[in-house]
Amino acid sequence: MSDIQFWTLVFIFLSFAVYIGIAWRSRVKETAGFYVAGQGIPTVANGAAVAADWMSAASFISMAGLIAFLGYDGAIYLMGWTGGYVLLALLLAPYLRKWGKFTVPEFVGDRYSELVRTIAAGAAILISFTYVVGQMRGGGIVFSRFLNLPVAGGVGVAGAIIFTYAVLGGMKGITWTQVAQYTVLITAYLIPAAAISQTFTDFPIPQITFGQVLGELNALSVEFGLNSYTQPFTERPQLDIFLVTMALMIGTAGLPHVIIRFYTTKSVRGARYSAFWALLFIALLYTTAPAVGAFAKFNILEGLGGTPVDELPEWVGNWEATGLVIVNPDADTIESISNNPAEGADITVDNDILVLANPEIAGLPAPVVGLVAAGGMAAAMSTAAGLLLVISSSASHDFYFRRIKRGHATEREKLLVGRLAMAGAVVIAVIGGINPPAFVAQVVAFAFGLAASSFFPIIVLGIFWKRCNAKGAAAGMISGLVFTATYMIWSLYVSPGSTVLGISPEGIGTVGALVNFVVTILVSRATPAPPAQLMEFIEEMRYPATSRRQTKG
Amino acid sequence: MSESNHAENPDTSWREEYWKRNLRLMAILLAIWFTVSFVFGILLVEQLNEIVIAGFPLGFWFAQQGSIYVFVLLILIYAKRMDRLDVEYGVDERDQNGDRS
Repeated sequence: MSDIQFWTLVFIFLSFAVYIGIAWRSRVKETAGFYVAGQGIPTVANGAAVAADWMSAASFISMAGLIAFLGYDGAIYLMGWTGGYVLLALLLAPYLRKWGKFTVPEFVGDRYSELVRTIAAGAAILISFTYVVGQMRGGGIVFSRFLNLPVAGGVGVAGAIIFTYAVLGGMKGITWTQVAQYTVLITAYLIPAAAISQTFTDFPIPQITFGQVLGELNALSVEFGLNSYTQPFTERPQLDIFLVTMALMIGTAGLPHVIIRFYTTKSVRGARYSAFWALLFIALLYTTAPAVGAFAKFNILEGLGGTPVDELPEWVGNWEATGLVIVNPDADTIESISNNPAEGADITVDNDILVLANPEIAGLPAPVVGLVAAGGMAAAMSTAAGLLLVISSSASHDFYFRRIKRGHATEREKLLVGRLAMAGAVVIAVIGGINPPAFVAQVVAFAFGLAASSFFPIIVLGIFWKRCNAKGAAAGMISGLVFTATYMIWSLYVSPGSTVLGISPEGIGTVGALVNFVVTILVSRATPAPPAQLMEFIEEMRYPATSRRQTKG
Repeated sequence: MSESNHAENPDTSWREEYWKRNLRLMAILLAIWFTVSFVFGILLVEQLNEIVIAGFPLGFWFAQQGSIYVFVLLILIYAKRMDRLDVEYGVDERDQNGDRS
């Protein structure tokens, strides 16, 4: 066993022990604890949990590498996956918390109708499931790369751990575990980043220093026949950059596993501050990622470019063994670099290795590499657990009890069904993670488009426009979903590569959301207003306190 | 949902006022949100990139760094402002001891 494998085992074992310990301490006995952690999570902790829930294996492992190869255009992910929290904090979180139910479908069910609720529950399960399969896979890949275990074994172990704390503690267990997971993942991300910044610029804050290499990086990129790094719109046209960024933002604000987290706070005020803490914690990683991307790209271009193949640095050989770095057997010296094996460049570097290989590139010792592996696992598991909770709560709460039991169930029965649904979801996720359907990678990106075009518009209108009614919402949600899905299927499968005005399938969710808004408004106007009692409920939702205190005035 | 207390407090004009001020604050913050990300980071990125500060072309900086810092600040400002607004209109949440929750 190599040093790196030893330390990886140590860190993964230690972190898993912590998660299980937390789960045991926070096991729950009542439904409110299982679904919304008894609405007793302090705001800072809730913020950290949201951040861990939000930052997936893809954010942790792949994003910096993706940005390194996209240059400016990587900003779609940076802005898209952070800007949505502003929408969440201002438009959704406080009001949904005041409404005070367990799930997103439950809100739209109360606000609109049982039909809308059922559509929403189905969409929530579909979106969460496509997303969770990618996470299980991500966890398994960390295992296989660092420990040379088969992916199936890795997925199985990750599933077993999640099973233990999710089934035992429900939302409460998941939330406190996520706080620990956030700590692990952010430490694992920041230490190598600071070290790399120190190596290149003698100052350890990468957000400030990576500007210093941008000029040289642009020059080197052009020399290698790549696009200038800071040059905008090299990968996508301007209109598409705009639409993809918007789709990711409103998709974020519409994702059920993110929205549900704001139900767990103590108060409306707590929901607002939770959004702040969450984005602050997320921003720590999201402002570091572009710096890591730029430094890593600079290092690769400068360190490998023009180097004879037999004089390449040691880390290249180490990672070649994993198949993530491929040196073209026909090359003598490195003259071209790519992240796509199909291009047949002299050296091909996978997006995923930049973060994982960072500690080695920066010459950090083996324990740090082990920590990074534990960070990747934490990112994958925390996201998977949050998604599994949405699946089980939608299945048990919105389908089983509403449609089948019609609300006649005891507390014990509710908790048992919640746990069984969770167990079932974990098993399906493990099977999906071991044999992922071929389209999973694409579908995860499209989950945002679907969330953007289905949930976001009708929830926002439901809060801010009292006149909005059930018929409007059902029509809007269906037309938004159908429009978006049709364009995606057309552009991907029916006539691959074709677009209208250069709008990619990732960006179409923005247009789909507009369609949803317009249809909802038109149909609502053409049909009768909601009942007066419901209007009063919506009115109540807008003010944090349950009753007004006498003010001086 | 809680019971409405209309019977004892029939004057609801404060509600409109509170809601209007909330909406105004929201509109201002969302305008800033749109400006730093979509205007500075995407629509005007090429023009702003002519300005370089500490090695960062300005448009590129807004797209990959600046907009994210502003997003965090916007939420903080919103939460703080709404705290004040809630107190002013007497709709802030108190626990049994009368402390803010």
